[in-house]
Amino acid sequence: MRDRAVNTIIAELRERIERLEGGVVRGRATLPFAVPAIDRRLPGGGLALGALHEVAGGGNGAIDGAAAALFAAGIAARTKGKVLWCVTRPDLFAPALAQVGLLPGRVIYVEAGDEKALLSCIEEGLRHGGLGAVVGELARLSITASRRLQLAAESSGTIGIAIRRWRRQTEASDFGQPTASVTRWRVSVLPSSPLPVPGVGRARWLLELIRCRAGESADFEVEAPDAKGRIALPSDVVHGSPQTEIGRRRASA
Amino acid sequence: MPRVVSLFLPMWSTDRLRRRLGDAAPPPETPLVLIGRQQRRRLVLAVDQAARAAGLRIGMPATKAQALVTGLVVMDADPAADTEALERLALWALQRYAPIVAADPPDSLVIDTTGADHLHGGEELMLSGMVNRFFASGIAARAAVADTWGAAHASARFRANPTLVVPPGTQADVIRDLPIAALRVDPAIVDGLRVLGFNTVGELTSQPRAPLALRFGPELGRRLDQAMGRIAEPIDPVRTPELVEVRRAFGEPIAAAETIARYTAKLVDQLCHALEEKGLGARRVDLLFHRVDSSYQAIRAGTATPIRDVKRLTRLLTDRIETIEPGFGIEIMSLTATHAEPLVARQVISSLVEEPEADVSGLIDILGNRIGERRLYRFAPVASDVPERSVTRVAPMTPDNGETWPDHWARPARLLLHPEPIETMALLPDHPPVSFTWRGTRRRVKRADGPERVFGEWWKRDAELVAVRDYFQIEDDAGERYWIFRAGDGEHSETGSHKWFLHGIFG
Repeated sequence: MRDRAVNTIIAELRERIERLEGGVVRGRATLPFAVPAIDRRLPGGGLALGALHEVAGGGNGAIDGAAAALFAAGIAARTKGKVLWCVTRPDLFAPALAQVGLLPGRVIYVEAGDEKALLSCIEEGLRHGGLGAVVGELARLSITASRRLQLAAESSGTIGIAIRRWRRQTEASDFGQPTASVTRWRVSVLPSSPLPVPGVGRARWLLELIRCRAGESADFEVEAPDAKGRIALPSDVVHGSPQTEIGRRRASA
Repeated sequence: MPRVVSLFLPMWSTDRLRRRLGDAAPPPETPLVLIGRQQRRRLVLAVDQAARAAGLRIGMPATKAQALVTGLVVMDADPAADTEALERLALWALQRYAPIVAADPPDSLVIDTTGADHLHGGEELMLSGMVNRFFASGIAARAAVADTWGAAHASARFRANPTLVVPPGTQADVIRDLPIAALRVDPAIVDGLRVLGFNTVGELTSQPRAPLALRFGPELGRRLDQAMGRIAEPIDPVRTPELVEVRRAFGEPIAAAETIARYTAKLVDQLCHALEEKGLGARRVDLLFHRVDSSYQAIRAGTATPIRDVKRLTRLLTDRIETIEPGFGIEIMSLTATHAEPLVARQVISSLVEEPEADVSGLIDILGNRIGERRLYRFAPVASDVPERSVTRVAPMTPDNGETWPDHWARPARLLLHPEPIETMALLPDHPPVSFTWRGTRRRVKRADGPERVFGEWWKRDAELVAVRDYFQIEDDAGERYWIFRAGDGEHSETGSHKWFLHGIFG
């Protein structure tokens, strides 16, 4: 009896603290990857909407950010509404984004002159609330700046993705610095799925969840997004040898 | 410090006449002069490029000009119509470039572009854009931008080729070597100074001021100070009765940012009512501050679609209040809808029928006014196989027609602006390279896909008549995927140089 009374008091207090902190933590919506192995690792069963996420490329990808951009495009493709993509270097090739499901009619590009203007554009986009996602390609992200972006995302429920892209490989050590983002990912390219004929198969990535608030880090080997923006775990059986697969199907029939 | 553009139209009278006559105009290589009466003499008042090349000058007797050049076309000058047309041109520039524009008769425009140049891609691009636009419509133009009207005026006439950006604070160096005629003073004063042995502005500035003022009056000193930026020279902006304008005068000058913001909101409210009466929505609004020292400050805001929303317009204007320097105070604030379009009321889609997509035009306006409209765009597909031509930029609020690119070949996430040459080992004609070297690193090709043949577009450029590119998607040992191509089909040398290039990076 006394226990329950204490518990309700504590529960009430918890609720008040949560309200004071401003985050509607329990009711926060998430965007699942629809890959159980990844979604299990993320609190809420998916990428938190209304939060800032960071993505960087590994190796050479730290400079070109090609895989990181596709990863972000795949996530943005699965949201609803327009997407704001803020860049300082206009080298993004829109047909590639369309191939992972982010159609050209949905993306509005913002070409800011410097990173300061870029940050203010991302923040404005996150605050607006009518967008599906806001993606920004940044070299530097200070703790203060990331906190502002995180607060802006929380206030509107729009997902923010910061693609970290540096000019030189040495600058990429900046990625170790703390920021207020909810998750932090690194996407490195791996040799593609083997095909039975000469050619390049579906791209494969090593997806590292380096930091995850209220969760643990993890590594996944995934296949690049398909035409709907969905990533998948590679199934080596299927791709490994079509002959054995057909043979097995026959045997079971 | 303000930044002032002087747009000089050296052949304004003759260019305007040729434009007005259209097909009936004499061809450009025929010399043309315009004459008018001055007291009892008939003088040449305007000459075009061909007449100037033939040695004719303004101020020459008409009979002398006719005697000098055979086949000279002579027409009557109409200075009043020239000035009127210049005023109309100023109104056009007002809608297009900046809130403070004035005609500077007889043959130039003056535009205060403080804080507006970034919307046109910076000062240099803005000036060349102006000059090209005039050139395309058959009017010769030269433009210069400087800290002061005087310096810009002088540079546009004597320095601009055809555009010149005078960096902030350097107007004194630029006008020092210019002849005294650059100072906008009475020709009699210029002649008088020449008699005394003065030729350039620099020689004047090193002289004591008092004897010169005694002899030529205060105008010379005033013009010198104005050009150097020592005293202010306000530009009285052009206005017309058709523009929807609201204004408010203050008994006590105001200066605090909060006060300005409050009155801005009130003015926007008034303007929206005025627009509603006419059934219009604002595409561009200018908020002008008349300061106590009789100079102007301005905020311009543009919108992607016509709007009459008090809250949104107020937000757009108050966003930039920090750029305003109130000085000793602001006496009058005026708000003008410089560009207005019919605004048609629309029915809102009920959320019961379908989920309405959120309206982002407000965000577009805020970002557009902050970084420039041109830096905000969407990509749209173009029917072209050449990768760099397959995308085009469209305005962010263009209606979406759902078009996309064909997806039978994979496309890289990053496309290099210029394809970078690589060194390769490859079998001709249609094999991918065995290895290649890019930016000093040698990579072995593990897998490859291709070739995807892209033909040149001969209807765009003659040089592309037989040009061919063979694209390959390749993957190296580490799994990095690149998009490379060979110029040429590998068999015929006329189709390309057979050199290899790296064009994109796959994710």
